[in-house]
Amino acid sequence: MQRIGVFICWCGSNIAATVDVERVSEVIRSEPGVVFSANYQYMCSENGQQLVKNAIKEYNLTAVVIGSCSPRMHEATFRKAAEEAGLNPYMVEIANIREHCSWIHKDREEATEKALVLVRTAIAKVNLDAPLQAGESPVTKRALVIGGGIAGIQAALDIAEAGFEVDIVEKNPTIGGRMAQLDKTFPTLDCSACILTPKMVDCAQNEKIDILSYSEVEEVKGFVGNFSVKIRRKARYVDETKCTGCKVCMEKCPSKKGLNEFNMGLNNRTAIYIPFAQAIPNVAVIDPEQCIKLKTGKCGICQKFCGVGAIDYTMKDEFIERKYGAIVVATGFRPLKPDKFNEYGYADNKDVITSLELERLMNAAGPTDGVLLRPSDGTHPKVITFIQCVGSRDTSGCGKPYCSKICCMYTAKHAMLIREKYPDTEVHVFYIDVRTPGKNYDEFYRRAVEQYGVDYIKGMVGKVYNQNGKLMVQGSNLIDNEQVVIPSDLVVLATAIEPEPSVRKVATLLTASIDTNNFLTESHAKLRPVESPTAGVYLAGVCQGPKDIPETVSQASACAAKVIGLLVKDKLKTNPCIAHPDESMCNGCSQCANVCAYGAITYVDKEFRLGGGKTEVRRVASVNPAVCQGCGACTVTCPSGAMDLSGFSSGQIMSEVEAICKM
Amino acid sequence: MQDVNSGYSPNIVAFCCNWCSYAGADLAGSSRLSYPANVKIIRVPCSCRVNPMFVLKAFQRGADGVILCGCHPGDCHYVTGNYYTRRRMALLFSFLDYLGIERERTRVEWVSAAEGARFSAVMNDFVKTVASLGENKRLTDLRCKEGSDNA
Repeated sequence: MQRIGVFICWCGSNIAATVDVERVSEVIRSEPGVVFSANYQYMCSENGQQLVKNAIKEYNLTAVVIGSCSPRMHEATFRKAAEEAGLNPYMVEIANIREHCSWIHKDREEATEKALVLVRTAIAKVNLDAPLQAGESPVTKRALVIGGGIAGIQAALDIAEAGFEVDIVEKNPTIGGRMAQLDKTFPTLDCSACILTPKMVDCAQNEKIDILSYSEVEEVKGFVGNFSVKIRRKARYVDETKCTGCKVCMEKCPSKKGLNEFNMGLNNRTAIYIPFAQAIPNVAVIDPEQCIKLKTGKCGICQKFCGVGAIDYTMKDEFIERKYGAIVVATGFRPLKPDKFNEYGYADNKDVITSLELERLMNAAGPTDGVLLRPSDGTHPKVITFIQCVGSRDTSGCGKPYCSKICCMYTAKHAMLIREKYPDTEVHVFYIDVRTPGKNYDEFYRRAVEQYGVDYIKGMVGKVYNQNGKLMVQGSNLIDNEQVVIPSDLVVLATAIEPEPSVRKVATLLTASIDTNNFLTESHAKLRPVESPTAGVYLAGVCQGPKDIPETVSQASACAAKVIGLLVKDKLKTNPCIAHPDESMCNGCSQCANVCAYGAITYVDKEFRLGGGKTEVRRVASVNPAVCQGCGACTVTCPSGAMDLSGFSSGQIMSEVEAICKM
Repeated sequence: MQDVNSGYSPNIVAFCCNWCSYAGADLAGSSRLSYPANVKIIRVPCSCRVNPMFVLKAFQRGADGVILCGCHPGDCHYVTGNYYTRRRMALLFSFLDYLGIERERTRVEWVSAAEGARFSAVMNDFVKTVASLGENKRLTDLRCKEGSDNA
């Protein structure tokens, strides 16, 4: 029988307002095995923890139950406190009477009754707890960054700065990501390329950083400190080590009708291409869908003209396998395609464009060399209308329910830049709300209105239609309470941003949690915002939620700090809540090994005494403690019930069920 | 929650996996998205830790409904755990149905860590359904009843 101490936390009024903590504490005192029961305002405080430690020593407690917030919050805190008082840290159980009780129930009587049941359930579990010892595993001192946008670049630079090796895996032929496509950045109107490309060059020149461009993560095995990752290096058909980036191949390539992804398909590119002038690595790549040689076998002009013999049409995808201690996910975003929104006429009118397309039209390296021209007829637009929240804050099912966060600011930027460059242009903006929180952000928006005379109209657009070559934007003006129709030359849609679709595959490979909008879930919304619930996996940039460049860079640096904190350790403590077989019951049937996702179970021949001096050699299961993750799949599949899970044993869960169902 | 018609307040055991559903329940809590106090949660590392014996035990001891919550298919923290749950429980529930435990008393739901609202909605719905079915008498072991001589 355990000597149990029960500690009920008030959590200020968070628990105490709905749960009668005094009564819970009092009633629990008479439960079998309970030798001490107390309640306190803040159990997690220094004083609260001291209370636990003192009671452990004074009453010779062998087990502790804390009735408090979720174990996901403070289990580690109380385990540490117990350990400091000389108790095995795994002899502590938490009854979640805050998130699962006081915060969701209003009736005090009902909540108190439930709290009693939850505490009794924890007592039932702790009664069967056994002391556990955490093992140790080594740490591979190398990090993987998935995604080579500004988030991945910043994270890699910061990790390399601390002296650790980093690999950036980027699926595109060059790093740089979305930021490389932008013309200017708010709120300072810095030239995007001018601030991004030096960082890209730093990455290329840093000997600790290995850029694996045109590559994708295929398989991830292992766990924090010991990931083993298989990476597909897609066939480039150009030898990266030989190509000098001279672009002769691009001049000679006869297949010139490929859509230029970098310019959002606004112009064409050749089949062999370098995405943009400052690409890193500055190496050509052949689009196999477009290349005449690869499709028909006839051509080979680029090979003929390549002075260094870098072209190799026989190249195949290659796979490499590397080991990492930590992984940063920075897979970024893409703008939502607005063709589902028929009212804006994006699919039918060439002069209805998205903001990222406008960004390319304004950029000196863009399809129009930075001169703002209508895509339909190449004339200067005189009236430009912006429509905000296209697909954002949209619960109709076509768009996204969330606010994309950056659109208000980039629309103000576009409006301002256009008025600056072409003062004779009339600029209108339809908005639902203008959201500009952030340092110097609202000031920036007000400059657009007050200094640049941009016409902001509060209201939504119902229809965009073509009438005699003019785009008629029909919407409502809620301030003046009237319907307005604005004949425009160019309509710009501030489309929602959504996580890059490849993030789903990455999340599955990493077993990282993902939400219904495909944003990766952080471990704690406020206190662990850059960590995935999967240990050793960190989140940077828009893959975690909509954010702008400064926030992305901050988050990437925060990820780097977390990664460095992990990689400086030589050894990590492993979770001791793992499976173990009862060898006397195991008959070596292999069922458990079949369901184990980690290959943690092997079989060994062992000698057993049968009595009367006889022995028998039998095949029994053996769990590798460094590999077992403690899911418990094997425990249920075992036909003889030999396999059990420490910390969540069958006996413990059975007695928890009994405690809940006490008739 | 009591059923309006029968006035019955059921007892419900919810097994929640540590990584998705338990976190989803925590989010429901911190977002103050209420659901009936009849639901009591047992934390398991993965939904695949739930042995059919645990479900049987719950019904034997007088639970009126049992619900298992795990990560969405494809999102399991342990890669494939929830697929085992899905298959095992499909088999178990049809067996329970055969024994007279109505299908509506058992359920497997996928709730991610970000779906606090979904957790609350699922629990509200489940409690309502089970309450309308009334008390579970089919598998209850009367010897376990309080006050029984055999208890």
